Amino acid sequence: MIKAILVFNNHGKPRLSKFYQYFDESLQQQIIKETFQLVSKRDDNVCNFLEGGSLIGGSDYKLIYRHYATLYFVFCVDSSESELGILDLIQVFVETLDKCFENVCELDLIFHADAVHHILSELVMGGMVLQTNMNDIMARIEEQNKIVKQEAGISAAPARAVSAVKSMNIPQQIKDIKLPDLPQAIKDFKF
Amino acid sequence: MALKKVKGNFFERMFDKNLTDLVRGIRNNKDNEAKYISTCIEEIKQELRQDNISVKCNAVAKLTYIQMLGYDISWAGFNIIEVMSSSRFTCKRIGYLAASQCFHPDSELLMLTTNMIRKDLNSQNQYDAGVALSGLSCFISPDLSRDLANDIMTLMGSTKPYLRMKAVLMMYKVFLRYPEALRPAFPKLKEKLEDPDPGVQSAAVNVICELARKNPKNYLPLAPIFFKLMTTSTNNWMLIKIIKLFGALTPLEPRLGKKLIEPLTNLIHSTSAMSLLYECINTVIAVLISISSGMPNHSASIQLCVQKLRILIEDSDQNLKYLGLLAMSKILKTHPKSVQAHKDLILACLDDKDESIRLRALDLLYGMVSKKNLMEIVKRLLGHMERAEGSAYRDELLYKVIEICAQSSYLYVTNFEWYLTVLVELIQLEAGSRHGRLIAEQLLDVAIRVPVVRQFAVNEMTNLLDTFTVSAQSNSMYEVLYAAAWIVGEFAGELEDAEKTLNILLRPRLLPGHIQGVYVQNVIKLFARLATTCLELQDLPGLVTLCDHVLDKLQHFNGSSDIEVQERANSACMLIEMLRNQLSTSTDAMAMDTTTEGGIPPLAIEIVQEMTLLFTGELIPVAPKAQRKVPLPDGLDLDEWINAPPPEDAASSSSSEHDKDELFVSASQAASGADSGGKRRQSLELTPEQLERQRMARLIEQSNNPHYLKSTPTASGASNADQYDNIDDIPITELPLDMEGVAALRVGITKRSDKYLQEQQAAQGGKDGKKKHKKGKKSKKAKNKVAYNSSSESEGEPKPLHIVNTTLDMPEGVSMSDSEDKDGKYDPNDPHRALDIELDITDFEAPAVRSSSKKSAAGKENLKTPAESAAKKDRKKDKDRKAKREHRESKRERKEAAVQPVIDLIDADTPTPSPSHISAPSNNSNDNNNISTILPDAPKHHKKKKNKEKSTDGAPDALATATGSNIIDVGEQEASEVASKAHKKKHKKEKSQRKEKKASESASATVSAIVSIGEYEQPLGISTPSKEIL
Repeated sequence: MIKAILVFNNHGKPRLSKFYQYFDESLQQQIIKETFQLVSKRDDNVCNFLEGGSLIGGSDYKLIYRHYATLYFVFCVDSSESELGILDLIQVFVETLDKCFENVCELDLIFHADAVHHILSELVMGGMVLQTNMNDIMARIEEQNKIVKQEAGISAAPARAVSAVKSMNIPQQIKDIKLPDLPQAIKDFKF
Repeated sequence: MALKKVKGNFFERMFDKNLTDLVRGIRNNKDNEAKYISTCIEEIKQELRQDNISVKCNAVAKLTYIQMLGYDISWAGFNIIEVMSSSRFTCKRIGYLAASQCFHPDSELLMLTTNMIRKDLNSQNQYDAGVALSGLSCFISPDLSRDLANDIMTLMGSTKPYLRMKAVLMMYKVFLRYPEALRPAFPKLKEKLEDPDPGVQSAAVNVICELARKNPKNYLPLAPIFFKLMTTSTNNWMLIKIIKLFGALTPLEPRLGKKLIEPLTNLIHSTSAMSLLYECINTVIAVLISISSGMPNHSASIQLCVQKLRILIEDSDQNLKYLGLLAMSKILKTHPKSVQAHKDLILACLDDKDESIRLRALDLLYGMVSKKNLMEIVKRLLGHMERAEGSAYRDELLYKVIEICAQSSYLYVTNFEWYLTVLVELIQLEAGSRHGRLIAEQLLDVAIRVPVVRQFAVNEMTNLLDTFTVSAQSNSMYEVLYAAAWIVGEFAGELEDAEKTLNILLRPRLLPGHIQGVYVQNVIKLFARLATTCLELQDLPGLVTLCDHVLDKLQHFNGSSDIEVQERANSACMLIEMLRNQLSTSTDAMAMDTTTEGGIPPLAIEIVQEMTLLFTGELIPVAPKAQRKVPLPDGLDLDEWINAPPPEDAASSSSSEHDKDELFVSASQAASGADSGGKRRQSLELTPEQLERQRMARLIEQSNNPHYLKSTPTASGASNADQYDNIDDIPITELPLDMEGVAALRVGITKRSDKYLQEQQAAQGGKDGKKKHKKGKKSKKAKNKVAYNSSSESEGEPKPLHIVNTTLDMPEGVSMSDSEDKDGKYDPNDPHRALDIELDITDFEAPAVRSSSKKSAAGKENLKTPAESAAKKDRKKDKDRKAKREHRESKRERKEAAVQPVIDLIDADTPTPSPSHISAPSNNSNDNNNISTILPDAPKHHKKKKNKEKSTDGAPDALATATGSNIIDVGEQEASEVASKAHKKKHKKEKSQRKEKKASESASATVSAIVSIGEYEQPLGISTPSKEIL
């Protein structure tokens, strides 16, 4: 069983947290903090396993992690999981992210935390490995994205336009122009 | 106007913050993040009040992000449920995600969700159901499990592999919360092991592995199916799980292990995946542990494992190195020799830069030491300790040093002076360790069990007492003073300068109470010894000054805040004062009459002699559990009052305190008893029975006391006089140590332990006599080294070991602590305890019954009344069985010739009748026996039956036949070659079996086939058809 999946950056900022056993929010934060402290002090050339922290797990649990550029991917698993297998799973997860976001970077995870969750739910369900074949995973994700697009249809077009404008790289001043003025002008327009 | 309003609203909403805006905003407000988020939460609350579902959806998405940052969002639970119930997939997905992040099994809101989730599970869109399953897996509660179990079970039979896969995994969560679901769902789960979709198969394996990990014995009957999967599958993920599962099953069934060795070694040779290779090795190790003997080629397997592990350890990948060491340590327990061959490698890992790897290598070190290299290894470890920064790692090192030295009663320690020096060095490292108590125990143990080293020990301990400073309060190292004080007192006779030691003990120091108490006690011992010397020398003035000096210094202890210390110090003072009074009368007399010579008054002599008598008598090591060997005498009732119960509560509470200090009471009573003359003693005189009872009670209490080993010396040392003659009741072995060469052992000052290593190396290099001694030449005792060697030899003899380790032959009921340890591992809240359900054989037929009942009644019936349907099954089975037995009897002879190859094959596989058979519930055991002996007949027998039934029940099932023949076992193929019409027969057999199912006459032959490990063809028969039925 996988007990928790954590993704945080080199400074310990959480980017994704998925607990398959209930902890309240403050305890979750403590676990993230503790895990970060355990993992971050390790060199890159040491092994990727470490005997669990005090808050999560116990003797039966291991932390298995990988470090990619600015992000740590940490899985807390018990002895029924194969250590090397989980390392592979992390690799599959990251490669899937890479495919979905096209050259994934930390920013993608920051701005699309929900999408990352949806991707993860195709790999792991309730703490058990669901699917490890990347093509299958991608197919599932694409099919779901298609549904979302269909549903959005025309009704979401204005919202998409606004968000497109918002995410455009226009200088802050322009963005700060008071948009609500515009409806006012329209309102005053005599038919 | 209305249009305007809607428009305005529409535009307003369009400029709501979405998730991206929220994240951007948080990033732009790094300085006052908390404030920014709280305003955002206010906005979200506004949004949640809107009627528009998209707006709510947006709000919930933002909440999910905020939850990750550590904010409680459970207040929005109701809104989350609203979003979950949206008909749009986009919203539903966001809703379920939020729910999975913030709901938990105890959430009260969950009871609102039951019908909504049921609707989603039955949705036309597979992704609606998929999202619901994913979310549900995170927050499913016992109530939800009970209510939705049937829906999820139905999904297990869905036509979409995606849903089947998720539903199978989901069932595990259902089982955890609602164990009653396991029994009815298990047959379906089992048939998913042979699902055409590899993902579903893998999910089923996953679930059964999780179940079997906690209650392996219930899943042994599935071994044949897993065995077949293992030999046919190429999915590494699934193989790893299966192999791990076998690792859990083999300890229960060694014969399974024997079968596994070959395919596993094949996999080890063939696979290129490291993860699979590693798991194979692990399971082979587990197998080899479970079959410790009787395998001719099993040393070859061990060699293979060790070789492969060596490759792993030598790999530059630290992960493989770590895992290699981990697996090595498992081999070490049973096959230390094979691991020792790779000593070089493991020692090299001690210097690895990676702490995890060093720790694993330390675990292995335990088995690496020999008499020859112990000193060198310990030296390296001490070097590591000096360099190590983390205190946890230091502690671990310290523990390992002691562990490897003390293993098997100091088997590998050839020189105990060296060992004591190492212990003292460990103390002086100031590691801030929490193992002070452990070191103290070692010091006591060595001093008591190795008499030749006592002289060295007392001097070392004197130095230690002199120089040790209690620094940090968190440090537990001061515990060693306890041991040091006791050693110098108990073996005062070995001291060179007892007076100096006495002064050190009397020095006022800030120490914990229990240690000061030992100080006082041992001051009396030293005093008694010095006083005896004075008596021998007739040195009256010396004796007087000694008394005065000790009396003076003891005043310090008198004022201690610790009641124990006060009492002991007071008793000691009274005792010495009494002696002093006798002496002062005689000095007065001497002053008056100078002509009288010598003049130590006889009463004083008597007092000193009595005092010495208190502490004489050799202490002998007693195994901590030796007491358990003494059976409880008849008629002993420990709950019975020995004396009439005291009338008041206060008295009883004080008496319980009294009990606690029992260890010391006899000592202080004896000490103070002397002062109040015979009065105390008389009051203590009890009948022999009472004495016996008291002693039993005390010993039992001591044996339950975790600190018993440590306090034994004090207890028996103090009460030796009256206990000694009865101590023979306890099986003990005195170490036959040679006292020769003690005279040559005048080593007063602390040396670095390296000295001994150099000596040893010199001895080895010069190839002089010493080396031979190490190898066990007991005869030569000329040098002191020889004495040590011979002592270590005798230490190595199993004698003392026997007492310590033979907990197994303890009388029943007394080895309680062992079972307690075992129980301690289990968490009382562990849901798996409830899942320890015997999935008996009737369960395997459930699909058949279910399918038949589905025609007539609702599918739910089966889940709700498993007992009833089981009863039905039994009745049917009985009929079936009778019919079959007749068939068998008649056909048996005729078939025997044709079937012979099959029998051979099976015999080769399982020399003995089905192992799991034994563990399977035996509601139809006599039939099983009957059937399993004539197993090969069973298939043919079906063929017979088919002819009869074909007319009544038609419609052959193509799919079932196809899948069935896909997974036909090699064994059967061979068999069918012999019986010429191979293919036809198989098909027919499948059909016939299917039909039997439909008629819910599931054959008891199939039952027995599952039970038998040697038979692999039968389980197909029962599991393939049911996928059609559902």
